[in-house]
Amino acid sequence: MKNKTIAELLALYPFLNEFFLQNRLDISGAMKYTLEEYIAQISQEEAEEKAINKETLYEEMTDYIAQVQAFLGIEEEERVRSLTILPGQTKSGEPERFGELTVAASQIVSIVGPTGSGKSRLLADIEWAAQGDTPTKRRILINGAVPDIKWRFSSNNRLVAQLSQNMNFIMDLSVKEFLEMHAQSRMIENADEVIKRIMEVANDLAGERFFPDTPVTGLSGGQSRALMIADTAILSASPIVLIDEIENAGIDRGKALDLLVSEDKIVLMATHDPLLALMADHRIVIQNGGIHEVLETSAQEKELLERLRKTDAAVQNIRQSLRKGKVLSSSDFS
Amino acid sequence: MNFIVFSGPPSSGKTSVILKTIAALKHQGISVGVVKFDCLHTDDDLLYEKEGVPVRKGLSGALCPDHFFASNIEEVVQWGNQKGLDLLITESAGLCNRCSPYLAEVKGVCVIDNLSGINTPKKIGPMLKSADYVVITKGDIVSQAEREVFASRVTAVNPKAVVMHVNGLSGQGAFELSTLLYDKNQDIRTLEGMKLRFPMPAALCSYCLGETRIGKQYQLGNVRKIKWEEEQP
Ligand SMILES: Nc1nc2c(ncn2[C@@H]2O[C@H](COP(=O)(O)OP(=O)(O)O)[C@@H](O)[C@H]2O)c(=O)[nH]1
Ligand SMILES: Nc1ncnc2c1ncn2[C@@H]1O[C@H](COP(=O)(O)OP(=O)(O)O)[C@@H](O)[C@H]1O
Ligand SMILES: [Mg+2]
Ligand SMILES: [Mg+2]
Ligand SMILES: [Zn+2]
Ligand SMILES: [Zn+2]
Repeated sequence: MKNKTIAELLALYPFLNEFFLQNRLDISGAMKYTLEEYIAQISQEEAEEKAINKETLYEEMTDYIAQVQAFLGIEEEERVRSLTILPGQTKSGEPERFGELTVAASQIVSIVGPTGSGKSRLLADIEWAAQGDTPTKRRILINGAVPDIKWRFSSNNRLVAQLSQNMNFIMDLSVKEFLEMHAQSRMIENADEVIKRIMEVANDLAGERFFPDTPVTGLSGGQSRALMIADTAILSASPIVLIDEIENAGIDRGKALDLLVSEDKIVLMATHDPLLALMADHRIVIQNGGIHEVLETSAQEKELLERLRKTDAAVQNIRQSLRKGKVLSSSDFS
Repeated sequence: MNFIVFSGPPSSGKTSVILKTIAALKHQGISVGVVKFDCLHTDDDLLYEKEGVPVRKGLSGALCPDHFFASNIEEVVQWGNQKGLDLLITESAGLCNRCSPYLAEVKGVCVIDNLSGINTPKKIGPMLKSADYVVITKGDIVSQAEREVFASRVTAVNPKAVVMHVNGLSGQGAFELSTLLYDKNQDIRTLEGMKLRFPMPAALCSYCLGETRIGKQYQLGNVRKIKWEEEQP
């Protein structure tokens, strides 16, 4: 590899551009040099100036290539088809009473229980792919087997993406630039297409239209949440999505969950919102740090859910009407 | 005794992460002490004291805090051993983006936060580049997309590091970090003969030595000037 020119290397691994950029290495005008020549011509002064270690630069670059390739490879090969939770123990050391719980891709699990009962700990066990090495002693299997340790440590292959109420956009970019930046970090090829789809879906969730050139920091709460969910569903590589309370998000929550599920995500959410809780396939009840019970949403509960969804839709419609300046009447809620 | 060096930009969450990590280690019966390095002032020692953590501080004053660190670290390790600690942690405010306090045979942890902006990984140099572990904080207040972009830039600067996400407020991720940091077989009695990971540039201009006056005649030693190119017509 040291004998390849910079141009050849970039043709082989286009993502190396990012490596040069982030390490403040100027390669303009260096395309014809081999990598070895390029490293050799960096003067000691320049190396000191830019805090580059010439001896380790080559190794860092090969590490980076290996990381990125592993990341791209995983996406294609090993889809996460299921997540299994094996029982551990409660805070008082008693064994958890459920046998095991397997959740398939595009299923939803809700987690209920009082504050301090261990909901976040369960989510953390999943994120860490715990192997009896957390306070709960639970074990997590992916596709029925002990997962590769890389899920814990690599920065790109995170098992879990997270959404929560208090997340904001902090970058000073337009929606389009923002999505482009995310797409670029994911090294996807058909970025334009994907971005267009995210825009459509996000607008559908938000109800209130926004545009590619809207600054992300200028979005309303509902629009922000809608964009975050659409982006996580479509552009995040993580197969599992953890949701921590999005109850008052100002978006169509039902549609949001439908979207995540349609992208084959496994969704786990700590929530006490009945609409969200009943949309789940399984409902985990946590007490004293342990999984006390795993409930399947019953037919009666599904019926109740239908009524809740109708009520929710009615409230959404009333909100829309208000926004448009309409006068309301009691027949708007029926 | 175990010894771990924490570094990172001001307010990135170092103290918060260290405190949460110590809490997780205490549960396992591991005793931890902290020495805090800073430039002019710090109240972190009070935070550690409040949690019952043995703590000492060192203020570098006019010196680069990392240079100061290197000159004092052997005594720090002696203190930790005298106290009979299982683990000694140093917290350094990474105020000098050119230096880093990591030692070749000692675990180095860099704490940076999602709020500091997407160009931070590129800016902070050896402090990030030569760390073994990179802890990213404040993920609770930014979007998933921003977390992913930030982490991918960290990887481009330091592909070897283990990258962890820890919430300094809730402690999410701190237990997991603690299992990576403590090694029951490590026993550091002295740093004598150990090397810094990344050479620190010498402080060599007259201003390093206390000069305050502006003007060419006062600029002695290793002086470098901005290149002012001719403006284009
Ligand atoms: N929201 C949020 N705030 C954090 C997090 N970690 C630290 N903070 C806050 O950031 C501020 C600076 O943290 P501190 O630990 O003192 O940073 P240090 O200067 O690097 O030691 C404090 O107000 C912390 O409460 C985090 O993960 N999320
Ligand atoms: N099975 C368990 N064994 C020991 N500690 C536990 C267990 N489950 C939870 N904890 C601890 O209890 C505390 C509260 O749990 P947390 O997950 O934050 O609750 P919640 O999110 O439901 O409010 C945390 O410190 C967590 O680590
Ligand atoms: Mg919680
Ligand atoms: Mg501090
Ligand atoms: Zn310095
Ligand atoms: Zn100087």
